[in-house]
Amino acid sequence: MSDLRSPIARARGLGTARDGTHHWWIQRVTAVALVPLTIWFAISLIRVAPEGQAAAKAWLASPVTMVALILAIVAGFWHAVLGVQVVIEDYVHAKGWRIGLDMAVKFIAVGLAVAGVVAILRIGFGG
Amino acid sequence: MAEFALPANSRIDRNGAVHPAPADAQRVKTFRVYRWSPDDGKNPRIDTYEIDLADCGPMVLDALIKIKNEVDSTLTFRRSCREGVCGSCAMNIDGTNTLACTKYIDEVKGDVKIYPLPHMPVVKDLVPDLSTAYAQLAAIEPWLKNETPPPERERPQSPEERARLDGLWECILCFSCTTACPSYWWNGERYLGPAVLLQAYRWIVDSRDEATGERLDQLEDPFRLYRCHTIMNCTRTCPKGLNPAKAIAEIKKLMVARK
Repeated sequence: MSDLRSPIARARGLGTARDGTHHWWIQRVTAVALVPLTIWFAISLIRVAPEGQAAAKAWLASPVTMVALILAIVAGFWHAVLGVQVVIEDYVHAKGWRIGLDMAVKFIAVGLAVAGVVAILRIGFGG
Repeated sequence: MAEFALPANSRIDRNGAVHPAPADAQRVKTFRVYRWSPDDGKNPRIDTYEIDLADCGPMVLDALIKIKNEVDSTLTFRRSCREGVCGSCAMNIDGTNTLACTKYIDEVKGDVKIYPLPHMPVVKDLVPDLSTAYAQLAAIEPWLKNETPPPERERPQSPEERARLDGLWECILCFSCTTACPSYWWNGERYLGPAVLLQAYRWIVDSRDEATGERLDQLEDPFRLYRCHTIMNCTRTCPKGLNPAKAIAEIKKLMVARK
């Protein structure tokens, strides 16, 4: 289909979405939150992993670990969803694919995040 | 998907015409120049011109003008001021977008490869079609908007307020930065690109302008502004040494500040 709109009509397009700052800002906030959480998680794994399953479970069941780990999971998946959405918007231009992929990523991320949180709660509360 | 390969009718024939240097040439430099004409139905090609630098000015534009005057008058390119003020001769030289008039031939090691600004439709040879970019510039309304009746004399501005425009007013709109930006390559119809966003910031930060909020409203968009992923090609390539990436970052900071 040829596009006979004037260049200015094409440049203005559908106008602004009046949105975008929130997305950008949350990506920064989750990035900042993930700096201490990721360092803490890596150090904890190195410390706890060699001590066997019972020690790992005991570590996971402590309230501080549960809180920090749930925060890390939520912030990590939230950050990932926002980032992958940007990648999809950058490179996938077919509308159906773009919306479909974006939805799939969000479903998968929310599913994994909830699974992670439930697993932590089960261990923490002795399920 | 974003297109990563050239369409079949844009693939370049690397063996175009060869124009050898004159027999008595002293210092020969080879220029390999992108050629395409809308009139002959052929694919683009690379023509080779051997130029005697002993008989040529020091800049790439000097060589192009010499080619057009003395070797091949069909070579088409834009130029005007030949001193880095008008922005007409922006092209891709030695892999970098820059102005042919301020690029020394001696800075290029090996053959001088010259292409039009990347990822824009080509009108002919080294002339890109910039009408979308110009329309995007018009869309941000790059002029003073002010409801206060004009004073008898100029609108006053403190030295500090004026200093905020430094690094912005120098932009000559050559679009070297915009056409170096991968985000603009993939989403140029919706992302405004670094040149236009630097211009937008030039008016946002102008203390005499009274439409700051409206201007920010016009940029509040995931594509118009937030396609910038701080890749920094814009700042790296700017032939005037400006920093469009910083201007874009300042706009984003203002967006957060007014929330």
